[in-house]
Amino acid sequence: MAKVLVLYAHPRPDRSEVNAPMFEAAQSLDGVTAVDLYADYPDLGIDVDTEQARLVAHDVIVFQHPLYWYSAPAIVKEWQDLVLEHGFAYGHDGDHLAGKWILNATTTGAKPEAYSKGGVNHADLRSLLIPFEKTADLCGMTYVAPFVLHGAGRAREENRVQMHVEAYRTLLTALVSDRVDLAKASRAIALEGDLTPFLLQSEIA
Amino acid sequence: MALLSDAFVYLSAAVIAVPIANRLGLGSVLGYLIAGVVIGPVLGIVGSETAEVQHFAEFGVVMMLFLVGLELQPSVLWRMRRQLIGLGGLQVVGTTAVFTAISMAFGLSWQSSMALGMILALSSTAIVLQTLNEKGWFKTSGGQGSFAVLLTQDIAVIPMLAVLPFLVIGPAGIAGSRPDGELADHGGSALATLPAWAQALVILAVIAAIVVAGRHLLRPVFRFIAEAKLREIFTATALLLIIGIALLMDLVGLSPALGTFLAGVVLSDSDYRHELESDIEPFKGLLLGLFFLTVGAGIDFDLFFGDPFFILALAIGLIAVKFCVLYVLGSVFGLKGADRWLLALGLAQAGEFAFVLFGFAGGAGVLEPSLLQTMTLVVAISMLLTPALFILYEKVIAPRVVSKSDREPDLIDTKGRVVVAGMGRYGQIVSRLLMTDGFEVIILDHDPQTIENLGRIGIRTYYGDATRPDLLHSAGLSHADVFISAIDDREKQTSIVEHVAKTYPDVKILARARDRHHVYELEMAGAHIALREVFEGALALGKHALIELGVHTFRAENKARRFKKHDLEMLADLRDNYNDGGVDASYIDAMRAHSATMFEIMKAERDERHERTERGWTPPPKGDANL
Repeated sequence: MAKVLVLYAHPRPDRSEVNAPMFEAAQSLDGVTAVDLYADYPDLGIDVDTEQARLVAHDVIVFQHPLYWYSAPAIVKEWQDLVLEHGFAYGHDGDHLAGKWILNATTTGAKPEAYSKGGVNHADLRSLLIPFEKTADLCGMTYVAPFVLHGAGRAREENRVQMHVEAYRTLLTALVSDRVDLAKASRAIALEGDLTPFLLQSEIA
Repeated sequence: MALLSDAFVYLSAAVIAVPIANRLGLGSVLGYLIAGVVIGPVLGIVGSETAEVQHFAEFGVVMMLFLVGLELQPSVLWRMRRQLIGLGGLQVVGTTAVFTAISMAFGLSWQSSMALGMILALSSTAIVLQTLNEKGWFKTSGGQGSFAVLLTQDIAVIPMLAVLPFLVIGPAGIAGSRPDGELADHGGSALATLPAWAQALVILAVIAAIVVAGRHLLRPVFRFIAEAKLREIFTATALLLIIGIALLMDLVGLSPALGTFLAGVVLSDSDYRHELESDIEPFKGLLLGLFFLTVGAGIDFDLFFGDPFFILALAIGLIAVKFCVLYVLGSVFGLKGADRWLLALGLAQAGEFAFVLFGFAGGAGVLEPSLLQTMTLVVAISMLLTPALFILYEKVIAPRVVSKSDREPDLIDTKGRVVVAGMGRYGQIVSRLLMTDGFEVIILDHDPQTIENLGRIGIRTYYGDATRPDLLHSAGLSHADVFISAIDDREKQTSIVEHVAKTYPDVKILARARDRHHVYELEMAGAHIALREVFEGALALGKHALIELGVHTFRAENKARRFKKHDLEMLADLRDNYNDGGVDASYIDAMRAHSATMFEIMKAERDERHERTERGWTPPPKGDANL
């Protein structure tokens, strides 16, 4: 059994069409601690001790957020700047996070093709999120490929929200019960659409 | 001394019976009725004088219509128009038609039948609203539907009063409408000698005068009175207003109830609305109570025991017919499951207005005295049965229906409602913030000057002393989600919070505190959040001082933030200590220790000596091997 921490960052949850129902699903799951960062720190005054204690108490960290300028909303950066302290997350004696797993669960505006070598962004999403991956490396954590829904702005109109929320629920539940093939997932480009290839077969049956 | 001994008998009956009835879940109306039965027919303490007392007590109905008028802001009416006209209108018309047909089948003349139909179509506002509020059903779709129907019925009373005199059987003509209530004894219209067109003209002029005076003259008058800060004079003014209008209406031959209702509607938009409401409310309550007592005392037991099964059958038939009409209309207007049952069962009785209208119809010669006696008895019994219907709904129907069908979202506005006490420098900021986010804020203040000034910039404030429980009640605290206590008097502030916490346990209380000790006091009194009024302001000024002294803005910001965090920790740590023994030696010691620690910590942060306390955006140590 793994303990999963979802750190949710959405500055306008009232207008969210995909992330809000995703977070609601996360809140309802056993073994998942769901934190709404903007609710806890409306003035970005992040409590370092609280956040470090949370990290220590969990095995898998999920940043759940919409993609803002090829990154997360500002509070995630502030959180990184304050919480990942020298002597805690990295540097001398900074090994408190070693061995943990971390991933981004994010939504994008553009179509899937945009996130490819030939697309308008000239790169896949995982490459664009490289600062998250390098941060994980430096802290001794393993970065897992981003769980993503592209074209989130039209997902509601195209009836794709429910499916994605269910996939998120499946992913989190599987993480809690150690049924995700993390080695495989950490080598993938993205966790997208059908998650079956990343779920451990023996446990599914 | 006859007056005093009568008063003693009525009051004792009420004081004994009403609380017992309430405790048993029967409601106060039933309590009064039973008390009346006991002192009248059962014990025979009161007798022939009840008719006179009843005339006097009918003035309570005039006051009740004034209060109904006060509730009817044009905007509220507009929002409820579909339910008022549709559901309410069809209930009144439909039930009237059915009862008229049934009465004619019993062999009554069409005039009597129609009078009876109209009167029986009304339900008991007093019983139903009381019960809906007590049980917390007011905000459900069924409760809102019931309220709309009751409101329509209350308004319908006015045209009924106008129509009834035209339904006179036989040759006795009508000279204008006959005023109801005790004023009737003072003789007919002073306009009787004028030609018809002149009468009509005078009546129109009087109505126009009430509207114009209500809009433009009463406001400065009330303001003048309010500035005198003599509560009883304000009450006297309110009573004077009602009695004056009643007399005026009487003079021109119109119903006093109609006049005061009109005055109520005109004043529903005024700043003094809640104050007027809570001033008149006790008089209305007592007079209506007296009225119910006299109805109980007037019940003819000989008549009942003459043919108990016939009377009971009539009462049950009455309830069955009203239930059917309401149930059908409820489904037409989209009420589902339990809500439809609540509407139909709750409004199935005849109401207190029936007694008034019976008296009126009897006096005008519309209904036979023997029929009146029987029907008064039937109406009273249908009201006596109402609590049983509510119990049937609560215990038998609601549990079954609700679990089956998904509850419809309740009708009433989903946005939270806020009541703010005190609109001084503090309350203004709080209220304006809430209003910018579209919340409905009801503000109370006792300074006419403040009210005037705020009115000029478009902020609506109601006059009244927020420390009075009755005023908080009429401001709608029982329907509020949040109460904000923002007055500047420390002791009053605490006692308001205490009262609200006790009386309205579901309301979240946010309070302005004078200082740290006041925070503890307010929390003990039941405040959910209490904030020191000057803390944030002083902190902001301190931050600016740091900036002026050359500290970088962002560092000053963080310094202030950390100071606040430490201070709030101290507030929390000292709470138990204060609550144990107030400001004693141990409290002072604890506070001194805390201040010293805090100073040490913040000084250490400043000197950057203390490795783990200087947090945030600090570079890794120079020469760290891993980088």
